[in-house]
Amino acid sequence: MNPTAPLPSAVIVRDLTKQFGRFAALRQVSAEFAGGKLYVILGENGAGKSTLLRVLAGLAPPSSGAVEVLGSSSVRAVCHRVGYMAHPSLLYDEMSGLENLRYFAHLYGITDMPVCRRAIEEVGLDPDLPRAVGQYSQGMRQRMSLARALMHTPALLLLDEPFSNVDVASARAMTQLLGSRRDAGTTIFVVTHQAQLLQQVADEFVWMHAGRIEKRTRTLAAEVSA
Amino acid sequence: MKPGFVLAAVVVFLLLTYGLYQALEVAPTEQTMGDVQRIFYYHVPSAWTAFLLFFVNFGASIWYLVRRNPAADAVAVTTAEVGVVFCTIVLVTGPLWARPVWGIWWTWDARLTSTLVLWLIYVSYLMLRRFSSDAQTPVLAAALAIFGFADVPLVYLSIWFFRTQHPQPVVGGGGSLDPRMWHALLINWVAFLAFALLVCWLRYRLEMLKRAVENAHAAAALTGDSGSRR
Amino acid sequence: MSFRLAGVTLTKDLRLEWRSKDAINSMLFFSLLVVVIFSFAFEPTAEESRQIAGGLIWTAFLFAAVVALNQTWSREIRNQVLDAYRVSPAPPNALFLAKVFGNFLFVTLLELLMTPLFIVFYDLRALGQVWLLPLLAALGTWALVVNGTFFAAMSLRTRSREVMLPLLLFPISIPALLAMVQATRIILVGEDSVRFWMVLLAVYDVVFTSVCLLLFETVLNAE
Repeated sequence: MNPTAPLPSAVIVRDLTKQFGRFAALRQVSAEFAGGKLYVILGENGAGKSTLLRVLAGLAPPSSGAVEVLGSSSVRAVCHRVGYMAHPSLLYDEMSGLENLRYFAHLYGITDMPVCRRAIEEVGLDPDLPRAVGQYSQGMRQRMSLARALMHTPALLLLDEPFSNVDVASARAMTQLLGSRRDAGTTIFVVTHQAQLLQQVADEFVWMHAGRIEKRTRTLAAEVSA
Repeated sequence: MKPGFVLAAVVVFLLLTYGLYQALEVAPTEQTMGDVQRIFYYHVPSAWTAFLLFFVNFGASIWYLVRRNPAADAVAVTTAEVGVVFCTIVLVTGPLWARPVWGIWWTWDARLTSTLVLWLIYVSYLMLRRFSSDAQTPVLAAALAIFGFADVPLVYLSIWFFRTQHPQPVVGGGGSLDPRMWHALLINWVAFLAFALLVCWLRYRLEMLKRAVENAHAAAALTGDSGSRR
Repeated sequence: MSFRLAGVTLTKDLRLEWRSKDAINSMLFFSLLVVVIFSFAFEPTAEESRQIAGGLIWTAFLFAAVVALNQTWSREIRNQVLDAYRVSPAPPNALFLAKVFGNFLFVTLLELLMTPLFIVFYDLRALGQVWLLPLLAALGTWALVVNGTFFAAMSLRTRSREVMLPLLLFPISIPALLAMVQATRIILVGEDSVRFWMVLLAVYDVVFTSVCLLLFETVLNAE
């Protein structure tokens, strides 16, 4: 699968500011991110990581500044090529995994079953599992949530804390999947507190602090000791 | 206080005083209703003023939805609040008039009831503004204002059909009104409108000032270095 | 595209409701309570009840509908599933229509179940054109449900959202309620024509369905 020819820049933000009342979650962030790479976003709570993803996903309009996603200044216009995974599961607890995915596939105009089944298999789950998502373990739920985000083979994947409360085996499987998607040309942003899990596949580490991007580094280790 | 405001306040005060004099002294006593009819010079101008303010609120709401202009939202909140005050005056003076004249406090007549429904709609508008978080208030309120406006003709029609017991329109009823009564009515309307605009002006400035303070805090949070949480 | 998607979303909602039965159970029990309390509070003769039944029935349905409407979006809020809809290219109005149809079905079902109770408790026998009642019920229910669904979405963005819904819905619904109550009374008593009220309700439905569809996307994305 090659969702897009590699773009010069998958995401560009200019003077991006997002304020909630008196609290500035993002403060005049300007940055460019090349396509086909995997970025890991790091920072303490309240650094603006999740807000950045929400703005890029089109869920939160910026207070000021501009965003360009996949060559378009309107996120809405390219939203069918963006996948978003949030901290909550974004799934209906009362339905099985396959039922959930079939519904969300419809939202993207995908009506054939095999696509949904393949997405579930890709994250290492059984599509025929009859259990409702509400009875899944946290790790299974996170994987199903990832399946929902990448089911329509997006060119840009935004993942907020995909590994929280996930067992090591699941996390490793998810990491490998992200690596192979990146190799196929998908641009991936991962917000996480567990950056070491992604050391093998990450292209760049983006360090955020108090609503700003502080620095961008190639490796994780160098900065931890610094 | 700016001199412009003081001047405007003095003019409004003089207008209201002149209006009072006209209503109580100059206008002749109505033959059947007696002196109680003089409340008419306050009832009707308040109603006209309230309706005008609600109309401005509707315009400002659309303007906000199209342009997302914060000033339009400030106009909307101002006119809604002041409009509700004048609408309340209408609803209080109506029964005061009705009791001696018709022998009942309240009647489900079309104009009085429509005014009551209008008042209910705008009180719910103010409640919505109060109960929604700051960032979303303007959009939600503007949407509700459009619902309210679309509702008014339907309210009027339904209640008119339901029951109409009001004295047939006194105004424009074929010259039955004494010219001095007309004069008193118009003077009072001008005075009330001027008074309403004065209050609106104050409220609007207060609102803009509040927003300026909020923006200054927001800007401080933006440039401040340590801890973006205040 | 939009209608198909609305159909898919409606199917999904019905399936979820079938599994939990949250909305329908609380709504049914609530309106049963209202009927019983009303029958204690008012003990009319057959002739009187024809006069007041319209008001009682529709007040009961209105309260019960609010219970259902308040739950419309609660499933979409849990796990923030609504965000999954918002990031997708699916048109917001398809979601809105699905919710309106869903609520319309629930409230209609409720009316079908509760009407016999009213007939029993109040010994109702219509003297007018009974065949108009289903049409009246459909128009009236749509009037309550279309605005109710919209205001429930609006209340999501407010504090104390359960309280907010009736505060927003009731004032705007006054002309529709008046039409429903009057038309029901006329049909039961069998005098006059219900034409004016039916037309008024139809106009109300058209006007507010348009306003809702025009503004829903704006309200959904208000953030």
